[in-house]
Amino acid sequence: MPGKLKVKIVAGRHLPVMDRASDLTDAFVEVKFGNTTFKTDVYLKSLNPQWNSEWFKFEVDDEDLQDEPLQITVLDHDTYSANDAIGKVYIDIDPLLYSEAATVISGWFPIYDTIHGIRGEINVVVKVDLFNDLNRFRQSSCGVKFFCTTSIPKCYRAVIIHGFVEELVVNEDPEYQWIDRIRTPRASNEARQRLISLMSGELQRKIGLKVLEMRGNAVVGYLQCFDLEGESGLVVRAIGTACTLDKLSSPAAFLPACNSPSKEMKEIPFNEDPNPNTHSSGPSTPLKNQTYSFSPSKSYSRQSSSSDTDLSLTPKTGMGSGSAGKEGGPFKALLRQQTQSALEQREFPFFTLTAFPPGFLVHVGGVVSARSVKLLDRIHNPDEPETRDAWWAEIRQEIKSHAKALGCHAVVGYSESTSICEEVCILSASGTAAVLNPRFLQDGTVEGCLEQRLEENLPTRCGFCHIPYDELNMPFPAHLTYCYNCRKQKVPDVLFTTIDLPTDATVIGKGCLIQARLCRLKKKAQAEANATAISNLLPFMEYEVHTQLMNKLKLKGMNALFGLRIQITVGENMLMGLASATGVYLAALPTPGGIQIAGKTPNDGSYEQHISHMQKKINDTIAKNKELYEINPPEISEEIIGSPIPEPRQRSRLLRSQSESSDEVTELDLSHGKKDAFVLEIDDTDAMEDVHSLLTDVPPPSGFYSCNTEIMPGINNWTSEIQMFTSVRVIRLSSLNLTNQALNKNFNDLCENLLKSLYFKLRSMIPCCLCHVNFTVSLPEDELIQVTVTAVAITFDKNQALQTTKTPVEKSLQRASTDNEELLQFPLELCSDSFPSHPFPPAKEHLESASSNSGIPAAQRATSVDYSSFADRCSSWIELIKLKAQTIRRGSIKTTVTVEKASPVGDGNFRNRSAPPCANSTVGVVKMTPLSFIPGAKITKYLGIINMFFIRETTSLREEGGVSGFLHAFIAEVFAMVRAHVAALGGNAVVSYIMKQCVFMENPNKNQAQCLINVSGDAVVFVRESDLEVVSSQQPTTNCQSSCTESEVTT
Amino acid sequence: MTSELDIFVGNTTLIDEDVYRLWLDGYSVTDAVALRVRSGILEQTGATAAVLQSDTMDHYRTFHMLERLLHAPPKLLHQLIFQIPPSRQALLIERYYAFDEAFVREVLGKKLSKGTKKDLDDISTKTGITLKSCRRQFDNFKRVFKVVEEMRGSLVDNIQQHFLLSDRLARDYAAIVFFANNRFETGKKKLQYLSFGDFAFCAELMIQNWTLGAVDSQMDDMDMDLDKEFLQDLKELKVLVADKDLLDLHKSLVCTALRGKLGVFSEMEANFKNLSRGLVNVAAKLTHNKDVRDLFVDLVEKFVEPCRSDHWPLSDVRFFLNQYSVSVHSLDGFRHQALWDRYMGTLRGCLLRLYHD
Repeated sequence: MPGKLKVKIVAGRHLPVMDRASDLTDAFVEVKFGNTTFKTDVYLKSLNPQWNSEWFKFEVDDEDLQDEPLQITVLDHDTYSANDAIGKVYIDIDPLLYSEAATVISGWFPIYDTIHGIRGEINVVVKVDLFNDLNRFRQSSCGVKFFCTTSIPKCYRAVIIHGFVEELVVNEDPEYQWIDRIRTPRASNEARQRLISLMSGELQRKIGLKVLEMRGNAVVGYLQCFDLEGESGLVVRAIGTACTLDKLSSPAAFLPACNSPSKEMKEIPFNEDPNPNTHSSGPSTPLKNQTYSFSPSKSYSRQSSSSDTDLSLTPKTGMGSGSAGKEGGPFKALLRQQTQSALEQREFPFFTLTAFPPGFLVHVGGVVSARSVKLLDRIHNPDEPETRDAWWAEIRQEIKSHAKALGCHAVVGYSESTSICEEVCILSASGTAAVLNPRFLQDGTVEGCLEQRLEENLPTRCGFCHIPYDELNMPFPAHLTYCYNCRKQKVPDVLFTTIDLPTDATVIGKGCLIQARLCRLKKKAQAEANATAISNLLPFMEYEVHTQLMNKLKLKGMNALFGLRIQITVGENMLMGLASATGVYLAALPTPGGIQIAGKTPNDGSYEQHISHMQKKINDTIAKNKELYEINPPEISEEIIGSPIPEPRQRSRLLRSQSESSDEVTELDLSHGKKDAFVLEIDDTDAMEDVHSLLTDVPPPSGFYSCNTEIMPGINNWTSEIQMFTSVRVIRLSSLNLTNQALNKNFNDLCENLLKSLYFKLRSMIPCCLCHVNFTVSLPEDELIQVTVTAVAITFDKNQALQTTKTPVEKSLQRASTDNEELLQFPLELCSDSFPSHPFPPAKEHLESASSNSGIPAAQRATSVDYSSFADRCSSWIELIKLKAQTIRRGSIKTTVTVEKASPVGDGNFRNRSAPPCANSTVGVVKMTPLSFIPGAKITKYLGIINMFFIRETTSLREEGGVSGFLHAFIAEVFAMVRAHVAALGGNAVVSYIMKQCVFMENPNKNQAQCLINVSGDAVVFVRESDLEVVSSQQPTTNCQSSCTESEVTT
Repeated sequence: MTSELDIFVGNTTLIDEDVYRLWLDGYSVTDAVALRVRSGILEQTGATAAVLQSDTMDHYRTFHMLERLLHAPPKLLHQLIFQIPPSRQALLIERYYAFDEAFVREVLGKKLSKGTKKDLDDISTKTGITLKSCRRQFDNFKRVFKVVEEMRGSLVDNIQQHFLLSDRLARDYAAIVFFANNRFETGKKKLQYLSFGDFAFCAELMIQNWTLGAVDSQMDDMDMDLDKEFLQDLKELKVLVADKDLLDLHKSLVCTALRGKLGVFSEMEANFKNLSRGLVNVAAKLTHNKDVRDLFVDLVEKFVEPCRSDHWPLSDVRFFLNQYSVSVHSLDGFRHQALWDRYMGTLRGCLLRLYHD
């Protein structure tokens, strides 16, 4: 019996009146876990019952602990008829299953009913006693930590980054079962909520098992999604990055921690060596709790693993930390062969992380993406989700080959998504092809000298911009120049990525949100025909989305995109494409050329005039944008750079129809010097529209910035005020004579107006930045377009921004002393232990050669360039990432660029403008943010993942204020439930919060509506940096106190 | 292209004070948008009318959802749905329970019943306050009344505790509740010159001295109802005007003390008996509910108006009332000194406040 779950029901408050006669309620509570149910006494005639129950004890397998949610139902006792349900609370007890997270869940939870919403609150205390598990064939993975955060969580250090983990489970959707015809909507909704809760528990457990197999102890960048496939079922799938994390116990422990991990790492192969088959090495739980500050007894009981403590107590094996790989290497190679053989086919060198420790990323190749259109059919056997697995495997394989084509061995910032309409489903995956630090990825035995040589090149801030592929054998026509920073390596003229801006990248000016929006009409069709139609449309959409992005980027005078996310949504009669990214000017890349407009009919005078007028407007816009975003790259004179090498001119396929870069650019386009311009040829009204739409994007009002990445390049003095929000808009298109243009305009206006509304609403926060702006488009019905935006507004200090010259440097130095030490040590570990996650042996050589920059044996790569050859699949992004170059400049003189380090946290001297006087508040404040950090504060503890799924339905839509009233209330309720769960865990914030799904359906004629929402994030405890300074010496106590007061406050 | 659905939900609930005021004032969304446009907000922010419309709708929806909680302010503090900083919560509550002077003067002392509610139409037309706002204010009065009606302890404290109002506003509500409970007539034409503040001042004095709570702090309704026994006893004061010797003696004591100190001495001397009779008769009549209701009418008729017609300055009124009260202590034949002080102490305060143009 590996675990005992204990639950106590304390009290209720604000219950609804269930007995009209007395205006009171006779409430009692059912507590259910698995198949066991307990009941409290009936508390007669009160809206604020005090049950103060005994401890209800459930003795359960830890497998169940992971899968099952605790279900608490509040009912009204009725002597004569059936008891009426007031509502339910589902509590995920997963956070109690690992030691570093919460130890108790205690607090007020909103009682939720799928028809009535929140109906009062209930105070519950939950505890778990875990026993040691010596079962060698265990199915549970208790203790594996999950993080939604897509970077190494702030108070941890990555010892090893193992790699990609994925899993999916399928089931029948209760909403579509025959029984649904006879049961109430409430019963159906609850069955669905419960099933999804169960499925995500199961999924998490299975992923956990995979992590344990890889000998990790955590999943970072965990992304779980639901596919509501309607008739054909329900799919819950998740991806993440398996890691071995080490908790940083206290700032003082940094130095010792620096040395220990490497030793720690070496012990793993050493220990495992006699018994290399990890699958059968039962008792030695690979779960590693390396927090040295824990007392042995405690970690012993909590971790359910005896080998743990032994491991950290065994004398070190005496290997020097510098020569890590040399001795460990052969073992590991052996180990890899043995452990990986089974997983080989399923493993992918993917990382769901978007931010990395300095030095991890060596080169970035560009965005790789793959899409596939599938026809859904009923899932016949829920236990064998092979079809869906196969679909994803196929796509991942394609991504892998794309990355290979770009000379990259890994994909970072990887994510997957689906769009479903009736029985057609588009599966999408995208990421950024990258070369990771060879020290991470090659055996220590191989050429120490190569490593040495590379190291010299690596520390530069421009390294990641350098092309990973062979310039003589490029996978696509690209225009290369020598890096503007180091002058040694080649760089492309534009760089698109899905990751966050590396912290050490040199950026000029500020960044901005760039969106490409596109609609395409599609004929209504059935099944095959529909799928074919969609497949045919996809490449065109991708192409146009890309063109738009490129044009807008140039219009902003920038040369790189980060956090690129392209969403293609399928509807009954149209396809929508929405790409969001953050544009920046990377100092290492060349200045972008302007946009040149060329007319087709040069003889027509007025037309000519019109063209030149447009040209002027575009040039003005570029100039204005440069000013707005403070882009003034240092001028580099020709002599210093050296004369350009003429290159055979390549045709850019980016241009609409065939157009060529014009040589007369210089005359017209003074602001862009001798750089080549981007030519837009206006040959029809369509093109005219496009040019117009380029110019309609209004920049945010002054004092506002926006980006979809974690931090805004160029702003580094955040103050502590944050406001996370969700905004939803649905528009109805007039069904009459819809054309692509009208559709585009509608969609564009929808997005622009939404942004304008946000700027207006948040005007009191100026100066502020909207960060992590996340747009989601869905097409719930024929003529409806729904856009959901979640983002966070963060204030920053404008005055401080002016005097950045000194402080940021100091700050970055300070930070370097902490952060870098936290992170820098793991490269070594990674090189040995992340290797097993690397699936294909030949890739090793390939990687080495790729990273050495020149003389790559291109043969093997060429063979893998087979993208865009699938009939049902759209071509990859890499094909579209065209680089346009006329000249390559060669020079050897380095230019000095002022480095402005973007430090997201306004260390120490931030102005605490809005310290909320929450002392007399009865409800503790819980902050929510889609970012992985909280400005002006330090996260001291991660309490566990929050992953919640809610359904809300109404049959009295008008009475609840129409669709807006209904959804507004529901989203507010979802926020409330998330906050309540976090507070009950003892936390005061949710980071990396994301609303993954918001499916809204209405039927105004029947006065009905239904909405499904899925949210997730990491519950954390944070301490204000101002508070931290006062009591920095006793940090652990502060944490405890702060969480204590928090829970007190909420009771 | 029409907007079907348009919402914005913040983790911290956004409260726009200006929009809140418009909502409280009972303006429709359309009117509120028009008013906001007129305030020049579009020029300041560069927003469009559509943005303003959407923003206003959002705020109105939020306020509508908050209204249920505002009906029981402690719920607003404990609820989990809207995360609102405490200072903002206080602002929401205070503004919601704030009322218009013009409105309160119309309903002060009236029974807070359905009948009165029906008259709100007229009040709205008369005062220019929207009917919606009138309803809110009326319902607030009624709600507070219902909650504290049968409670023990201090009226102001009870109101503050159950509605979390500021001290000032809680006192105002105490006055409103007290007036509604005792149904004091305040609407007569001759009382029109009095402000709500004047009545509230009197109410506070009366609650402090004339209610059950003034003698026993553990009674139900203690601050709402006047002390019946006290009112009964007030009949005993009649002797001051019924006994001619006593009246003369009282007059001579007052006149001796005030000679040379009063600008309107002769008028006072001439009017003394009338005034004294007026004040004592008011006291003696308070056993009847009807006369209690007319208290303020009587005071104005019997005291304020005569003095005002003789152009007494306020300082003279004060001198007179002080001396008038104190002199009674020197009347050997008069045995109800404590009763007299309890009555006159409060009445003096009230009269001084009521004495203005």
